[in-house]
Amino acid sequence: MNNTQTNYGYVSIFFHWLSALSIFTLFGLGYYMVELTYYHEWYKTAPELHKSIGVLLFVIMVVRLVWRYKQVTPAHLTSHSTLERKAGKLIHSILYLLIFIIMISGYLISTADGRGIDVFALFIIPGFGSFIENQEDIAGLIHQWLAYLLITLSLLHAIAALKHHFIDKDKTLNRMIGKRQKN
Amino acid sequence: MKKTITKLAITSLLTGAIFMPAVNAADYVIDNKGAHASINFKIKHLGYSWLTGRFDKFGGKFSYDPANVSASKIEVNIDTSSINSNHAERDKHLKSDDFLDVSAFANAKFVSESVTEKADGRLAVTGVLTLHGVSKTITIDAQATGEGKDPWGGYRAGFSGTTNIALTDFAIKMNLGPASTHVQLDLYIEGIKQ
Repeated sequence: MNNTQTNYGYVSIFFHWLSALSIFTLFGLGYYMVELTYYHEWYKTAPELHKSIGVLLFVIMVVRLVWRYKQVTPAHLTSHSTLERKAGKLIHSILYLLIFIIMISGYLISTADGRGIDVFALFIIPGFGSFIENQEDIAGLIHQWLAYLLITLSLLHAIAALKHHFIDKDKTLNRMIGKRQKN
Repeated sequence: MKKTITKLAITSLLTGAIFMPAVNAADYVIDNKGAHASINFKIKHLGYSWLTGRFDKFGGKFSYDPANVSASKIEVNIDTSSINSNHAERDKHLKSDDFLDVSAFANAKFVSESVTEKADGRLAVTGVLTLHGVSKTITIDAQATGEGKDPWGGYRAGFSGTTNIALTDFAIKMNLGPASTHVQLDLYIEGIKQ
C-alpha cells in the first residue's frame, strides 16, 4: 500500500494510472467534441462528460499530491544517469504543473459568465464569473495549447519509460506497473 | 427687431431650400456612452424558440433631416468580439472560426448607400454590411422613433431597424440546422446631435 525506498505502493500506482487514463480520455473527448456538428447526439453530452471528468481529475490530483508528500519517494535506480534523473524530475514537475493549469483554465472557460459546472448531474461547482475581459477566449487558448503540450510531454514520458524497459532493461516501468523489485 | 427676425427666418428658409441637405441635415453620434443604443440579434434554436444576443461594443454616426430623408447617412462599426449571448461557452464558440472568427475579423461595419422613405413612413436603409470579411448589400427596414430636446441641453433622435441575413451569405460555416439558416439583426439607435 505504502511506498518504500525501492518500490511504489499500490496507492501511488493506482493514482498514476488513473490520472493517465483520465488525461487521455479528456484529451480525446476534448479534441472530438469541438469538431462535432450541431445535430450530433454527442454535441451536448461530450462537453458535459469532459467537464465532469475534469473536475474528477482535479480531486484525484489533489489527493494524489497530498499522498505523494506524505509518502517516501522511492530512490532513483542506480542505473539512471544524472542527466536522466534531472530530466525525469523536471518533466514530472512540468506534467504536474500543466495538469493543474489546464484544469484551472478549463474551469475559467465554463464559469466566465458565473455559471457553475455541473458534475455528472450530481452536484455543481460554483462559478465566480470573469476576472479578465474575454476570459473564456483567453482561458480557451491556454487550455487548448497547454493540452497539446501536456499530451506531447506525456508521450515523451511514456517513450522514456519504454526505453528504460526495452533498451536499458531496467526496473523503471516495472516499478510503476507493480512488479516488485528486490533490495 | 421683430421684422429683422422675420427677415432672417425667411432668408434662412430660402437658403435652406437651396442648400437643404448640407445645411439642415444634422449630424448625430450614436450614444454608446450612455448605452441608449443596442445591436441585437436573434436566431431560431432548432426551430422551436428564439435565441437572442447582442454586440456590447459598437459605435457610429448618422446624419438625418426629417425634411429630406433621402440625404440621410449612417455608419456603424461593431467590435465582433463583444458578442454576448449570456453564455460564455457559447460566446467562445461564436467568436471561433466556426462562426465570426473574431481573431481574423475583429470588426463588422455597416455603411449606408441610400435611404428611402416608403409610403407608410418607414425607411429603407440600403448599404453594405461587412461581416466575417464578406461585404454584401443589405436593406434595413427602419423607422424613426422620435426626436427632440433632451432635458440636459442636448438634442436626440432615435431609430429602430431590422434586417435578416443568411449565415451562408457571410461565409459562416457552422450549420445550425434547417430552421436556423438566417439571423435577424435588430438595431435600436439613439443619436446625440453634434
